[in-house]
Order: sequence, then structure tokens, then C-alpha cells
Amino acid sequence: MTATAISATPDAHSSTMDRARALGRLKFADASFFWMTIGSALIVLILLAGVAVSLFMGAWPAFREFGLGFLVSDAWSPPREKFGAATAIYGTLVTSVIAMLIAVPVGLGVAVFLTELCWIPLRRPIGVAIELLAGIPSIIYGIWGVYYFRPVMQEYIQPFLISTLGNVPLVGFLFQGPPFGYGVLTAGLVLAVMVLPFITAISRDVFDTVPPVLKEAAYGVGCTTFEVVGNVILPYTRVGVIGGVMLALGRALGETMAVTFVIGNATKIQSSILAQGTTISAMIANQFADADPGLFTSSLLALGFILFVLTFLVLAAARWMLARMELKA
Amino acid sequence: MTDHTTAQKPALSSNSAKEKISIRGLNFYYGQTRALKEVNLGLNEGEVTAFIGPSGCGKSTLLRILNRMYDLYPGQRAEGEVLLDGENILSKSLDLNLLRSRVGMVFQKPTPFPMSIYDNIAFGIRLYEKLPKSEMDGRVESALKRSAIWNEVKDKLQASGLSLSGGQQQRLCIARTVAIKPEVILFDEPCSALDPISTAKIEELIDELASDYTIAIVTHNMQQAARVSRYTAFMYLGEMVEFNLTDSIFTAPRDKRTQDYVTGRFG
Repeated sequence: MTATAISATPDAHSSTMDRARALGRLKFADASFFWMTIGSALIVLILLAGVAVSLFMGAWPAFREFGLGFLVSDAWSPPREKFGAATAIYGTLVTSVIAMLIAVPVGLGVAVFLTELCWIPLRRPIGVAIELLAGIPSIIYGIWGVYYFRPVMQEYIQPFLISTLGNVPLVGFLFQGPPFGYGVLTAGLVLAVMVLPFITAISRDVFDTVPPVLKEAAYGVGCTTFEVVGNVILPYTRVGVIGGVMLALGRALGETMAVTFVIGNATKIQSSILAQGTTISAMIANQFADADPGLFTSSLLALGFILFVLTFLVLAAARWMLARMELKA
Repeated sequence: MTDHTTAQKPALSSNSAKEKISIRGLNFYYGQTRALKEVNLGLNEGEVTAFIGPSGCGKSTLLRILNRMYDLYPGQRAEGEVLLDGENILSKSLDLNLLRSRVGMVFQKPTPFPMSIYDNIAFGIRLYEKLPKSEMDGRVESALKRSAIWNEVKDKLQASGLSLSGGQQQRLCIARTVAIKPEVILFDEPCSALDPISTAKIEELIDELASDYTIAIVTHNMQQAARVSRYTAFMYLGEMVEFNLTDSIFTAPRDKRTQDYVTGRFG
């Protein structure tokens, strides 16, 4: 031991040199790492700007032809070269709202169950199942929607809704018309199933970040699980939960395949949510193959640009809400 | 010392103080691990009882049995008897929410809820009582005064509880506990995350609260135990080694292990 200790203490001068050289190597690695990461980050920005600009340039003929009227017109007639985005925007918003109305409470409920109430041996299997659900490609939801879910909608759910809610004053008009199976509601429900795992998986993870002692404190004043969830866990984790909901909303707004399969692709706005409709992405997916260059193609690109802006607005609104909540908290 | 009991017998103090909580033959298990071994002890009404002992001796575990906090975690179980006013709180049929409204707890780290200072106090009250605004204001004020924090927060009741300093947060938590009028208050190392001035304030507060509540406090700080408590229990490796008047524990311990611990000779 003594011998190694002595030999490990070399002359002070050369050891400083060695260290400087070693540090020099590290500095080079450090600097290249910095430039690599900043480069990657900049590429993302450049790509984003590139997508936005090229979409806008492609959409420009349609915007120039129809002006702001493009946003509110529900016309969609390729032969007459009359195009408007209202039907698609409406369908996109309504299907997403339906999906969120169902997926948010159910998704949060599942997350609460998993973190607070679930019997331990079941916790992992259910959690893994939820994560698998999030990983299923949307085309599979699409064919499931067409072959299994649509017939169920047509034979049971839609007739039931028509005969019950269809007769309720004020909201009855939402549930009238023949039961096609295809339609806005069907698409909304399929979307709900698709985005639910996102909400659950993210909220479960943020619920797990609540310090146990904070929960104990709430239980300690005599709260029930429901009160602990409502008054402590949700307020404590609201930023993360809203983040998860917004991610889910972003997915619902842009989802294409599954929606295209079940929404019916009718290019007019109807009051009933049982009726067929379309969304921005479903419209693009359905029609781009037939689109002539010119106003038709340009109108589809304009739809794409609108979806881009819509998604951006949703994210911006989420940021703004979060910032306001931070201030209040 | 006229009053001394052995570790195995429940304490009966010389004065006529009533025993609020009686612990008899208590065993506690974390899964297969036995964390408490045949603990017997009594907490007197209106007095402060301190629990001291090295880390892992089971003193926090004991405290968490008194409001059944361990129930939140599967695999933890208690055997034996813990009587609160003669009623066994380990009984399966017991209403846990009611128990926890009677036995309040203050934690090692301050745990203000993510809401305003006012709501932190009003929240607990609202669980049990529907009060008109004016009455609620009064209750909140008196709880905050009682916890010696009113003067510091009276102008910012709507500010977030998280905006307070650590010591203030801890007093806010005490106010929250006091507000729901418990009978027993459990303090789990309430000052270990606080500076000396805040610690002094909290100790003073515990002293004042003692006249109205039965208080149990777990502490690593022996001076603190000596300052605030009338009785002290020394625990070691899950056993109640010695339980006696605080004075006796610190000046004339009867067990060798107690003596080693209170004189700082413990390894």
C-alpha cells in the first residue's frame, strides 16, 4: 500500500499539465456536444417553419380566390370549383369535443383508480394494458370501428339515442335522423377510445408525483379518497393533467385513418351528431388522390394549413391557461 | 420520583389525569417485518408525551398507528389494542374519517394543500360542518391565532399556502389541524425541517396547545423532548424500553440503553 501511494504522487508540475490536457479533451467534447444539441434544436425550428411556409404557399391560390369566406363556406364542389372549409372545421371540432367529453372523465377516473384504489397485483397489468392501447396503430381502430363498432352503433346505440334523447327539448335535434352507423358521433367515440390511454397514462404518471405525505395530510384531516383526489391530487397535478389532455386533444384533432373509416365523409354540415360528416384530415385523405392541380389541390392544402393553425392555437391556449394557473397558485 | 412505571405496564400518573389513549400489547408488521414488539403505553389527556429513540426504532410507526395512517398502505398491519376513550381504534369497522378528525397529525415536512391560506384552514372545517361565511371567517381566524401565525398572514389570506416560509407553513398545518377541533394531535418530528427560531415558535405553540389537547410528539431532538413533554417514551428496535416522566428519563434513567441514548453514548 505504501509503495503505491508513493508512486501515485508524481511531480506536481507534470501532473498539472496532464490535467490541463485531459480537461482540454473534455472541453472539446463539451463544445461539440453543445453545437450538436443546438443544431438539432434549430433543425426542428427550421422544419416547422418550412412546413408552415410551404403549406401556406400551396394554399395561397385558394385563399386568394375565396378570401376569408373559405373559413365559413360549407360549399365543396370540385366540378364547379367552389370550396369552403366550414364542414371540415365543424366536423373536426365536434368529433374532438365528443372525444374529449368522454375520454377526459373516463381517463382521469382510470388514472385515479390505478394510483389510489387499485388492488396492487392488478395495478401493473391494467397499466400495461393502457400503455399497449396507446400504441395501437390508428388503422386498427379504423377497421375495428367499421367492422365491429359501426354495426353496434347502428343496431343498438343510435336507435336508443334517437328514441330517448331525440325527443328531449333543446338537445333533441342533436340525436335525430336515421341510424346509419357511420357518423360524427361514431367517429367521436372511436376517437375517445383512441385518446383515452394518453390521458390515463400521463395523469397516472403525474398522480404518482404527488408526495405521499401530502396525501397523508389530507387523509389526516379526515378526507375520503374522493376528497383527496378532488382537493389535493388534481390541484397539485393540474399542470401535468392539462398537458396530457392537450396532447390527447392534439391527437384527436389530427387523427385521420380511424375517423375517415367511420365518419361517412359527407361534405355538408348537419345538426344531428348521428349524421355523417367529415373532418379536415379525413377530407384531405379522401380527396387528395382525385384532386386536380389548381384550385382543388390548393383548397386541400388550405385545409391542411387550417388544421396546422388550429393545433397551434390549441397548444397556445393550453400554455396560456397553464401560465394563468401558475400565477394563481 | 414517586411516579415511575416499567416499560411493560401502562403508565398511571400520580395526578388524576385521565388516560386518553391506551396501547396494549401492540405489534406492528410491514409485510413480514415486525416493527413494533408488544408495546404498552398510555397517553394522558391534556399532556404532552414525547417519543425518542434512534432512527428505525418504531416511534413514527407507533404514531402512525394512532390515526390508522398505515391503512393507506397495503401489507402493513397492526395487532393488539389501541383504545381511544375506551374504544379500540384498530377495529375493522371503525370509521377512519371520523377517527382522523379526532386524531389530527402534523408531519415532518410542512404539507400545505395546494390552495389559499384561508382555504387550507377552511377545507378541513368544511368536511365536517356547513358554516355561514362570517362564522367560517371566525373559525379560520381563531385557528390561525391559536397557531400564532395570524399576524403574519392576516393581510394575505388569499395567497397560496405554498408561498409561506417553511416555519410559517408548519404553523399553518398546525392551524389546519387545530381548526377541526381534534382531541389528540400527533406531531411527527414537526421541527426537523425548520430553523431554530421557527422551532422555538412551534415548541411554544405545542406547550400552549397541551392544555386543551392530548399531544404525542416524535422527535430526534432530546432537548426538544425535555422542553415540551411531561412524559417521555424511549424506544429501541421496536420495543418500548422505558416510559416515564420526562424528568426521570433524562435525569435518572433506569434502563442502561436509555441512559446511553440520552447521554449521547449510543452507537
